[in-house]
Amino acid sequence: MLEIKDLRATVGGKEILKGINLTIKPGEIHAVMGPNGAGKSTLSYVLSGRAGYEVTGGSVLYKGVDLLDMSPDERACRGLFLAFQYPVEIPGVASATFLKTAFNAQRKFRGEEELDAMQFLKLVRKKTTELGIKDDMLKRAVNVGFSGGEKKRNEVLQMALFEPDLMLLDETDSGLDIDALKVAADGVNRLRSPERSALIITHYQRLLDYIVPDFVHVLADGKIVKSGDKSLALELEEKGYAEISAA
Amino acid sequence: MAVSQETVEQVASVSEKYKYGFVSDIEADMAPLGLNEDIVRFISAKKDEPEWMLEWRLKAYRYWLTMEEPTWANVDYPKIDFQDIYYYSAPKTKVNPKSLDEVDPELLEVYKKLGIPLKEQEVLAGVEGAYNVAVDAVFDSVSVATTFRERLEKEGVIFCPISEAIRNHPELVKKYMGSVVPYTDNYYSALNCAVFTDGSFCYIPKGVRCPMELSTYFRINAAQTGQFERTLIIAEDDSYVSYLEGCTAPMRDENQLHAAVVELIIMDNAEIKYSTVQNWYPGDENGVGGIYNFVTKRAACRGVNSKVSWTQVETGSAITWKYPSCILQGDNSVGEFYSIAITNNLQQADTGTKMIHLGKNTSSTIISKGISAGRAQSTYRGLVRMGKKAENARNHTVCDSLLIGDKCGAHTVPYIENQSRTAKIEHEATTSKVSEEQLFYCQQRGLSEEESMALIVNGFCKEVLQKLPMEFAVEAQKLVGISLEGSVG
Repeated sequence: MLEIKDLRATVGGKEILKGINLTIKPGEIHAVMGPNGAGKSTLSYVLSGRAGYEVTGGSVLYKGVDLLDMSPDERACRGLFLAFQYPVEIPGVASATFLKTAFNAQRKFRGEEELDAMQFLKLVRKKTTELGIKDDMLKRAVNVGFSGGEKKRNEVLQMALFEPDLMLLDETDSGLDIDALKVAADGVNRLRSPERSALIITHYQRLLDYIVPDFVHVLADGKIVKSGDKSLALELEEKGYAEISAA
Repeated sequence: MAVSQETVEQVASVSEKYKYGFVSDIEADMAPLGLNEDIVRFISAKKDEPEWMLEWRLKAYRYWLTMEEPTWANVDYPKIDFQDIYYYSAPKTKVNPKSLDEVDPELLEVYKKLGIPLKEQEVLAGVEGAYNVAVDAVFDSVSVATTFRERLEKEGVIFCPISEAIRNHPELVKKYMGSVVPYTDNYYSALNCAVFTDGSFCYIPKGVRCPMELSTYFRINAAQTGQFERTLIIAEDDSYVSYLEGCTAPMRDENQLHAAVVELIIMDNAEIKYSTVQNWYPGDENGVGGIYNFVTKRAACRGVNSKVSWTQVETGSAITWKYPSCILQGDNSVGEFYSIAITNNLQQADTGTKMIHLGKNTSSTIISKGISAGRAQSTYRGLVRMGKKAENARNHTVCDSLLIGDKCGAHTVPYIENQSRTAKIEHEATTSKVSEEQLFYCQQRGLSEEESMALIVNGFCKEVLQKLPMEFAVEAQKLVGISLEGSVG
């Protein structure tokens, strides 16, 4: 699914990623943990192609194709989804309109027929019901005036709708109460399948109680310093990053 | 239907930068180059006008000669050589054709390209989803075809080229023309009075709700030609009309002048809704060519409970200088101004409105959305004046500017004059930028950079787009996307 080799990247001229190696196979869920400033968010932005994050070395293969060569929208259309740590407000654009426009853009890219308003509404209502999300969110402008929890629910709804092949979750748990955390985790778990992979970036172990990863990696100072199974997350929680990184 | 719902597909479906930029090879009947009293006489004679009309034109022309070109607007352009313009150009075809069969097929082809449903038959055939809009089409200097006239006549509605109204309805024209915008009003309106060539005339009699949208499409085709159209709409007591106006021009390297005058008169309990989608050629990305759009539009709400609403989407023209205004004379009269002005590359727009409150309990609303991209400069200039007798008058102004990139400018120049003790005036203004974050968020969901921009900007304009009649709203959304092409990246 994803093969990252010696990935290096700079932001504003400063090197943040200093040679990342990580392979994610179909069906696997990987968690990347690390202290603040380790480069966790940078990794998610580099993979999704955000402007200002310059790749200075290494390679990333996504389903066997060079990911770094694609525009951000092409990556999205090919099934890479980033759940944002801070979802962005778009005033005046109703969530339903936004979702439908993006959904149809992805379908068009794949050469599938676009859904009309009625078909789309039916589909999105099915997803909101499954996830226990209120429909009125669809009428409101994208993320405008949403609480922190609502914004994250909106990300989960989008993920459920787009059914991506690779889910990147960037600190989805930050600022969430336990109920919202469960909704988010439920969204990911529903999508778990032998074909679908996820990369979960988090600071705390808490989210991993609900989304159980196959592998846990510790990112420190732009490199993966330790990898293991889910027990590594618990060990981290107990001992702290400093000790693990130094080891 | 949500306004920006279909935007992205529409933007994607229209790939050309300025799709109206074609030149048509139509033989034209031209006046000699330049301007003098003989040219004014030439135009009047071409239009077969009565003596009183010529006299009025000449008075306006002589007055214009004494005037100075205004310089207060926040726009910059080389001095216009008024002797280097053709003031009259008519397609060589039968003027005032009796039916569409007599119209030059090449001309009909032009309108077809513009997407105007000129063919009455198709529309009348009742094709599902077809426009129910009466259209007057003005090509360079003459009106070439007006549709649906018979059906309108049944209701007593007069909708015809103004040149025809001057001949057939002189009592109405004499009474109202120049009564809202006198020839002494400003430099360009004086020039318009002297040399106007055509435009539309609408008269809605007492108690009539016009059964369909009325629409005029203006097109400048001939090179070096000015277009000076004149529109006059009168809504008698208890009547209603919705009027749409669209404008296009071919791509040319030189600048062309468009100086129109629009006058609206609204009597007791009557309402006029006037919508414009202005898409004159804006010039290229280096600022070469494009239309100078210097327009005077004004509505007089003369009756009690009268209402006028101006909605404009201004995306074209190299320079726009335009302030559709409302004189709220009748008690309880209402004036509204909803505007989207988009400037890209080297376009300049100085636009806004004037709300002149004279009567009691008059109210006005101004919503202005200015979008600047490239190296463009956009200015909102608006006057709210409360007269002494304007008891309990109210105004609410919202003026939002959106910047794309870091080389453009947005300016807001509100003027407030209040002589009424009981008037309430509210002014809100914001300036924001399309953020890289917003663009990336949309792209991460699968939209291209330009689709993302169109979506974000349509969201910004939503309140105004919602005011447009459906047919225009769709076109306007497309235009928003197209006019911002090349503004990202």
